[in-house]
Amino acid sequence: MINRSPDHPTIRSSDSSLLIFLSLLLITIVTVYLFAVHPWWFPAGVSSSSAGIDHQFVAALRVLGALFIAGQFLLGLVLLRSPSRKNRSSRGSWPLEITWTVLIACIFFWFNLAGNRLWSEIKLHLPEEDALQVEVTGTQFQWYFRYPGNDGKFGHTNPQRFARPEEGNPLGIDPDDPDGKDDIVSTSLVLPAGQDVDLILRANDVIHGLFIPAMRFKQDTVPGMTTHAHFKPLQAGSYEIACSQLCGLGHYRMRALIQVLTTIEFKQWLNSRHASGS
Amino acid sequence: MQRPTPITTEIASRRRLFSTDHKVVGLQYFFLSLAAVLVGMMLSLLMRIHIIWPKATIPLLGEIKPENYLAYLTMHGTLMIFFVLSTAPQNGFGNYFLPLQLGASEMAFPRLNMAGFWITLLSFLVLLAAFFVPGGASLAGWTQYSPLSAIASAGPGQGLGTDLWLLSIALFCLASILSAINFITTTLKLRGRGMTLMRMPLTCWTWFVTAILTLLAFSVLLSAAIMLLLDRNAGTSFFVPSGLVVSGSPVEHAGGSPLLWQHLFWFFGHPEVYIAILPGMGMTSHLLSVFSRKPVFGYKAMVGATIAIGVLGFSVWGHHMFVSGMNPYAGFAFSTLTTAIAVPSAIKTFNWLGTLWGGHFRFTVPFLFSIGFVSLFISGGLTGPMLAQPALDIYLHDTYFVVAHFHLIMAMAGVFAIFAATYFWFPKMFGRAMNHRLGVLHFWFTLLGAYSTFMPMHLLGIAGNPRRYSELTGAQYVAALAPLHKFITLAAIITIGAQFLFLANFFWSMFKGAPAGENPWQCTTLEWRLSSPPQHGFGNNLPVVHHGPYEYGSAEWNGTAAQEDFLMQDAPANP
Repeated sequence: MINRSPDHPTIRSSDSSLLIFLSLLLITIVTVYLFAVHPWWFPAGVSSSSAGIDHQFVAALRVLGALFIAGQFLLGLVLLRSPSRKNRSSRGSWPLEITWTVLIACIFFWFNLAGNRLWSEIKLHLPEEDALQVEVTGTQFQWYFRYPGNDGKFGHTNPQRFARPEEGNPLGIDPDDPDGKDDIVSTSLVLPAGQDVDLILRANDVIHGLFIPAMRFKQDTVPGMTTHAHFKPLQAGSYEIACSQLCGLGHYRMRALIQVLTTIEFKQWLNSRHASGS
Repeated sequence: MQRPTPITTEIASRRRLFSTDHKVVGLQYFFLSLAAVLVGMMLSLLMRIHIIWPKATIPLLGEIKPENYLAYLTMHGTLMIFFVLSTAPQNGFGNYFLPLQLGASEMAFPRLNMAGFWITLLSFLVLLAAFFVPGGASLAGWTQYSPLSAIASAGPGQGLGTDLWLLSIALFCLASILSAINFITTTLKLRGRGMTLMRMPLTCWTWFVTAILTLLAFSVLLSAAIMLLLDRNAGTSFFVPSGLVVSGSPVEHAGGSPLLWQHLFWFFGHPEVYIAILPGMGMTSHLLSVFSRKPVFGYKAMVGATIAIGVLGFSVWGHHMFVSGMNPYAGFAFSTLTTAIAVPSAIKTFNWLGTLWGGHFRFTVPFLFSIGFVSLFISGGLTGPMLAQPALDIYLHDTYFVVAHFHLIMAMAGVFAIFAATYFWFPKMFGRAMNHRLGVLHFWFTLLGAYSTFMPMHLLGIAGNPRRYSELTGAQYVAALAPLHKFITLAAIITIGAQFLFLANFFWSMFKGAPAGENPWQCTTLEWRLSSPPQHGFGNNLPVVHHGPYEYGSAEWNGTAAQEDFLMQDAPANP
């Protein structure tokens, strides 16, 4: 199959068109199989924004997957086609070029609009009136979750002056601030099902990322900044929290649990934490 | 514009090492990239091994600790992005072939060019030196987010290792700016007679646009790197806020903003990915036409798309920051602009298929790698519009889904273009051809290996595996992904092994390859007018250009029956 051009001894080429076509076909089929059967996939979504995000992802996968299949197939196909005398002098075609541009722009922007609508639904609404406030603090390599206690007020913190992890005050709550007396600090995020939670995200050393896959939630915690983000867990259960922003050598093990309880169980948990005295 | 060429060529032949000859400088950049890619590749091998066998003992290195893994990760990213993808296609091939393809006798500023290379080499050595200082290399990733990068006590490698990283990058920026000025001036002022802008090969167009991006983007990174160096060593607080406690000690900084670093970094960082891939796009357009024996389909649309990507490339950086704490309203703008940049990319893909349509193919190794480029560009590109959506980024950001995306579209497609260009221009650079059979074997292993390594990473991301995890032992759902990680490591080992086919072929062919002759691929562009390797450039016989760069396949030229199926750019206007 190797031919050498007599005038140009260094040009060697074997007709690999069929082999390339079949390889691209194989790559496409295996990829589609992987995504269709998906032995590894999203954990079940259990928050108010899960359904929207999952739906948008699957819609994206269908549209872009179709373009992927078409692209790889066409690439293989043009190589298989027999050489054409007619097309050989073609230098392009503005009508074709413009049609394709408009078509692909419509697909991409339609899709972009749908995504922007979803983003505004998730991000541009204030938390519900009865939302539970929890402060999240990322530190190397531990998450802390603080509840305001019965007074509904967080105590003032100053980590540089008061942070004593070994004395049970890792966040540096001001011991002289009465608002902080009943604050509850936990290393797992305990929430009631069906109630909006307004997270107040902070970090004391470097940037961390609060990632709760089952809640379809991710937000960086940035030192010097207070970020608000809210979601509503819908289903009781225990789920994992990971750190998604590189924060140092222990990044991979900066794990925590989120426990979603029924409203009654949650009240009992709060009371038990108050009783144990913080 | 005429230049006194004999002087420069004389200097070139007298002094090979400290040469201002653009061909020597180009080769020096190329071999620097080759060294960098070998180190970067070995680091990726160590990382893949550590992920699935965290307790494995590596010869000479011992057991890899989590901080070692992160240092490898930082160095892998830095080497690959700066010293390979931004160096080989632009400064390597660009320096060698831009003047030749334009019909110029030299680059506009030969001494600046030489300085650029030696500063880049210094930058490379400073970067590698970080491995050998106390604490080792920086572990903050190639993005060096502050405060992790700003405070020495934030981890091993965040001391001297990070200062060296910043110094290295500052030097690299400086060299890149010098080189970019040279490319821009050469393209605008030194084109040969008759070489109008719209007669330039698409390779030259992409080198030109890339140089403009480099000038603007690297200037910003240079400032940011100096600011961060000042934060670390001179007591300023550009990027560090007040009230921090790191490793149990209060930090004496106040008033800075960690997000400011991210904005500056990504204002550089996103154009940077186009700096890495645009020359590859140009080479692919060029080679698809050469080996289909057909003109480029939609040359003007290709030029327009290249410029559009360059312009839009500067307005999309915020898509790296959707969950960073940036105002969510900014998400709409960055999402829409990012979607817009997918359109010129789609135009390019369309035109590549159009160029191939009805072609008379010559399945040479550079052609195979160019086809691989298009396939990888489609696969990696189509996850772009997905990641451009802030709502989906809530889940996918900082997971392996992103790792899969940018490795396919930037790293793999970029490397395929570098391979294509190497196999293609090797005969011109060394006067000998590379071995065809070994090249074909190398292509197949690399194509299937690249897909086997990076396609499954999408599923890791969908399952929620965050990137930059040195071990799978943290979260339980991550531990459950071990089988897929094992497969990926296996695929990576095979792919990396196959690269020795290339190395063997490269060095064997340099000395033992078949002599190539002047124009072995039967191309139209001006570099193929010269002997292989070109001894003295065009000298005083500067070519006069009469034709476009992609005159392939016609049965007749200017009404005369053609002997060959191509027409050199400087062939007489009316034969």
